[in-house]
Amino acid sequence: MRDRGWNDARLHVVTGKGGTGKTTIAAALALALAASGRTVLLTEVEERQGIAQVFDCAPLPYAERRVAVAPDGGDVYALAIDAEAALLDYLEMFYGLRRAGAALTRFGVVDFATTVAPGTRDVLLTGKVTEAVRRRQGEERGRTPRDATRRAPFVYDAVVLDAPPTGRIAQFLNVNTEVAGLARMGPVHHHADRVMEVIRSAQTAVHVVTTLEDMPVQECLDGVEQITDVNIPVGSILVNMRRPRFLNETDQRAAAEGRVDTEALARGLKAAGLEQAEQTAQELVPELLAHAHTVAAEQGLRERLEAAQRPTFDLPLLEGPIDLAGLYHLANVLRTQGAV
Amino acid sequence: MTVQKLHQEAPPLNVDALLDDTQTRIVVCCGSGGVGKTTTAAALALRAAERGRTAVVITVDPARRLAQSLGLDELDNTPRQIDLGPRDSGRGTLHAMMLDMKRTFDEVVRAHADPERAEQILANPFYQSLSTSFSGTQEYMAMEKLGQLRASEEWDLIVVDTPPSRSALDFLDAPNRLGRFLDGRLIRMLGGTGGRSYLRMLGSGFGLITTVINRVIGAQLLSDVRTFVSAFDAVFGGFQDRARHTYELLKAPGTEFLVVAAPESDALREASYFVERLAAEGMPLAGLVLNKTHGHGAAPTPARLSAARSDAAAETLEDLGEHTLAAAALRLHARRMDTQAAEARERSSFVAAHPTTPVVEVPAQPDAVADLTGLRRVGHDLGSGSGAEST
Repeated sequence: MRDRGWNDARLHVVTGKGGTGKTTIAAALALALAASGRTVLLTEVEERQGIAQVFDCAPLPYAERRVAVAPDGGDVYALAIDAEAALLDYLEMFYGLRRAGAALTRFGVVDFATTVAPGTRDVLLTGKVTEAVRRRQGEERGRTPRDATRRAPFVYDAVVLDAPPTGRIAQFLNVNTEVAGLARMGPVHHHADRVMEVIRSAQTAVHVVTTLEDMPVQECLDGVEQITDVNIPVGSILVNMRRPRFLNETDQRAAAEGRVDTEALARGLKAAGLEQAEQTAQELVPELLAHAHTVAAEQGLRERLEAAQRPTFDLPLLEGPIDLAGLYHLANVLRTQGAV
Repeated sequence: MTVQKLHQEAPPLNVDALLDDTQTRIVVCCGSGGVGKTTTAAALALRAAERGRTAVVITVDPARRLAQSLGLDELDNTPRQIDLGPRDSGRGTLHAMMLDMKRTFDEVVRAHADPERAEQILANPFYQSLSTSFSGTQEYMAMEKLGQLRASEEWDLIVVDTPPSRSALDFLDAPNRLGRFLDGRLIRMLGGTGGRSYLRMLGSGFGLITTVINRVIGAQLLSDVRTFVSAFDAVFGGFQDRARHTYELLKAPGTEFLVVAAPESDALREASYFVERLAAEGMPLAGLVLNKTHGHGAAPTPARLSAARSDAAAETLEDLGEHTLAAAALRLHARRMDTQAAEARERSSFVAAHPTTPVVEVPAQPDAVADLTGLRRVGHDLGSGSGAEST
């Protein structure tokens, strides 16, 4: 296998500016990773039920459910992590504080820990994700494994996280620093250390989704820089919603400069048997000019992305709402380009 | 296609009438991320100013692009006047600012506490985290700033761009949540301001709670919270009252909400939630700005040439292996028609669910909006542009 810089990654974090389609790409990446009989967990942390929408299934509970089968037999499981459930899960896992939930909720402790206490929320969310990354077969969730199970295979070959947008991603992943100022010791601090062990290691790759538009490209470049600054490994740049290019190189260059051979166009339309060829040709010119203009602008943005020096993969724009067939198609595109 | 048959028309949203009405004092732009909310807010404020209003726009987007498009190097927490070019009669003024949530929070503290106590609060580690990273602080401070600007009476129109929240609804809920927390019994208990009888009332539950808090967040943080609360409590009688007050401001006459969305399913789903939520809260919705559409706008389209005919003609030429330019133009046109049909479908679903919500369409801009000219173009499309006659 060729070295992409993240061959060892088992945690794939997918981020991007809002509106670039990161949930769709995260789902396609999970499907691609699950090919050849592997088992992948797809997670979300923003309580938007985005995965359920993408896979067109009922809202996901706080439980790992199988949502899709890869073309040649792999499994994609999904989990919608909410901070409140993760907190109760965590208390039970580490302290055996079962049934404390009601009392905690009544006194506002859950509210406090999941929404107000700074950083705690993110530690709970990333904590649950990294727990799934570390989990091995035959081991009770979260318990320290005995020696016999230590080398057992991982439950999940890979975990994909549909993460918060680029603007928040460095802060979200770098939980250690976020809580360090507050909890200099104690359980949250310790928990954050364990999270960072996974996130800083070669087991993690952060992929940034962008479209070839001005603002998303800028945010993508800023995001790559911020993630690199906090020593978290950046994976690839995934350029989503690539529009097809219709013109050949010569016609593209001319049209980008505002020149379209209207007579040649009209002759072509006539040859195709269309009526009113001249008038239609006139009307099609603005569309061609606008298209060539966009393509030229996209080329410029593509060059700006090269500054990040990360492997870049293209994903086509799919017409209409994303359905399962579309997801499989995108997964296949990722695989054939060697992104996974 | 049956799409057109089902097409139901929404009432047109008359943005110019909204901006020209001196009764309109606050316009709040909301919607999910990536739909062009910040640009829309800036374009609205600019248009209002050029139509005679004394306008200010509050943005929360730290991207410098907006500042640059307004002709400034950067924006900060104080409204800066924007140079709109040579004066012309009938024109108002435009100011712009970018919300700095920590600075706004600090100002609130300084305004309400004596200097010594203010320093004590500002230096507290818990306060420092709360003022920079609590997920609701930005929303709360946006509302705080809005309240301040409104009270100053320096502007007769304030346009607000809302923070990119986890969900659009966070912007309504977060201020209340922060207020509830700061006034809540947990923080009183932690701060020890509830008195002994209160603790007794909690009974055996109390031990469990402190155990959990100690285990989860650690004793040192707990003591920071205690110090913070006792200092804070003396200064602010009721944070929740404050939150409620700004919330009331949003319901007051003179406030109008604009929901911004792109013509695709995710953004319109969020827009639907927002429209329903505003109705439930009794907040005034002016309408939907359907941004970045491809249906109407600069390039006239030979609409009578359907996607199917266009594709078939392209196929004929491709089979002939000739006329590559015409074949490309036909394929391009077919995809453009597909896009229009898909957008019309999304728009129809929204309109069917919210038939009384006025809608204005703003075509996708050929270039990134990078200067006042670009913002004016967006403003023109919002106002007199394609909206009213987009049938």
